[in-house]
Amino acid sequence: MSEPIVVIRGVEKWFGGLRALGPVDVDLKPGERLGLIGPNGSGKTTLINCLSGLFVPDKGTIVYDGRDITREPAFRRARMGIARSFQIPRPFTGMTVLENLLVPMDYLGSHERSELERADEVLASVGLAARRDAPAESLSQLELRKLELARALVTEPKVLVADEAMAGLSENEIDDVLALLMRLNDTGVAIIMIEHIMHAVMRFSQRMICLETGRIIAMGTPQDVAQDRQVQKVYFGERAGA
Amino acid sequence: MRTLPFLVIAALILVGGLFLPQFVGNPYYFFAGYVVLQYVVIATGWNILGGYAGYINFGTSAFFGAGVYVAAFLIKAFGAPLPVQILAAGVVGMLLGVATGYLTLRIQGVYFSIATVALVVVLETLIHNIDYLGGASGMQTIAPPAPAWFGGQTQYVFCAMLVLAVVAVVAARFIERSWIGRSLRAIKASEPAAEACGVPTLSMKLVACAISGAIIAIAGAPYAYYASHVDPLSAFSLTIGLNALAMPLIGGTRSWIGPVIGALLLASVQQIATVTISSEFNILAVGIVLIAFVVLAPEGILGLIADLKEKLRRRGARP
Repeated sequence: MSEPIVVIRGVEKWFGGLRALGPVDVDLKPGERLGLIGPNGSGKTTLINCLSGLFVPDKGTIVYDGRDITREPAFRRARMGIARSFQIPRPFTGMTVLENLLVPMDYLGSHERSELERADEVLASVGLAARRDAPAESLSQLELRKLELARALVTEPKVLVADEAMAGLSENEIDDVLALLMRLNDTGVAIIMIEHIMHAVMRFSQRMICLETGRIIAMGTPQDVAQDRQVQKVYFGERAGA
Repeated sequence: MRTLPFLVIAALILVGGLFLPQFVGNPYYFFAGYVVLQYVVIATGWNILGGYAGYINFGTSAFFGAGVYVAAFLIKAFGAPLPVQILAAGVVGMLLGVATGYLTLRIQGVYFSIATVALVVVLETLIHNIDYLGGASGMQTIAPPAPAWFGGQTQYVFCAMLVLAVVAVVAARFIERSWIGRSLRAIKASEPAAEACGVPTLSMKLVACAISGAIIAIAGAPYAYYASHVDPLSAFSLTIGLNALAMPLIGGTRSWIGPVIGALLLASVQQIATVTISSEFNILAVGIVLIAFVVLAPEGILGLIADLKEKLRRRGARP
């Protein structure tokens, strides 16, 4: 097996007297599909914020592609190839869909013809080509989710974190986004999926991690994790009791 | 508007304005026009940080006043000509912007705005305590005579302000359409998302502060020439801060033309009101118009125009 592209070691994040996360150790291999589950408040988004750079961990190290990035600011990690989408879509309002993609592209190179073509390609691949010149505020919930992904993809990342990219979508739309993420993964992008929609994350992931009160309580194949007694207790408590 | 027509119009306004003193005799028009153009510069400068990046600066008069006093100092110390005063004011305004930004931009939203108010108080108090600059009572600023071609002091500062206004508007339009403007609008929409897209948000906000501060300060520089007397009360006047905020909001903050429309409209009304009604009426008028716009048209005049176009388009689309 190849070397992990992300190595998280002993990472902790405290908010005041509360330890929201850690200590946590996670490895991510290039091209891997990793599912991250856990109840609300278990530290999933905190872990992701530590990885993408919005939070600086209080303890531990994060190594990406052989480089210690624990203290690198978020914008630099984004340029290195760690992309993310947000739990609640954060479109750049006041801009068109295309301009939304130009924001990350501004920091990667010039706007030559090939660059605009690249933006159009990404828009087509997520199914937003027809909305290219629409203002971001006019998009539907599904389109906003796709825009989040498109904005992350246009930089050709090596790691993509999809933070509840399917929340609030219908079954058909979930399939749509899942297929999109699968196609992306085929191109070699490692994907960390945070998701509450169990059937989606189980179908998608090669490996799953379950967090509870900031710690990893189970790790393994989706089946192993789903059948883990502790996971069932904290996560599927109601169903296990039924 | 496309770039070529825009630049042609800007050049025509500039050349036309510079020849105005040859045709218009009454200096009052230049006196009033100066104030209107001054507000075009201030509103345009304010909008780069407040409109594009979404950081509301209540302390515009700190930057304006800094420009006024840099010019006053240069006149007293060296008898420096107006272009030198303007350049120096721009540099000081830029540094002041970076310093303020560095201290305050880590705090987001409303706290930034509160900090900018404090800046006005700090600078005004500072000037109060510098005897060389006249302290609280102010000082006379006898500027070197204007070049004869302009036909007078007032005409000269009017032309200078016209040049500044054209430069400020061209710069604002360029920023708006470049990657800088895109990054600033991304910051306004969502800072975490901008950061996650590779935008160095802190640096970009500092850039916006620097440009905005420089433009507002250069608007203050010719004041010492214009008024022949500077004092802290008028240099750091609340009216400047209020107008700087009101004009872009009334015109529309999304595009460079919003602050221009707002400034031309509001400053003209103020000038007319000063002559016909009373100078106190100014502030009242600004207050009322601002409240009306915030309540009825939060996107300003540009928003109203966009809505109207949309309605007409829909009506046209109907069979």
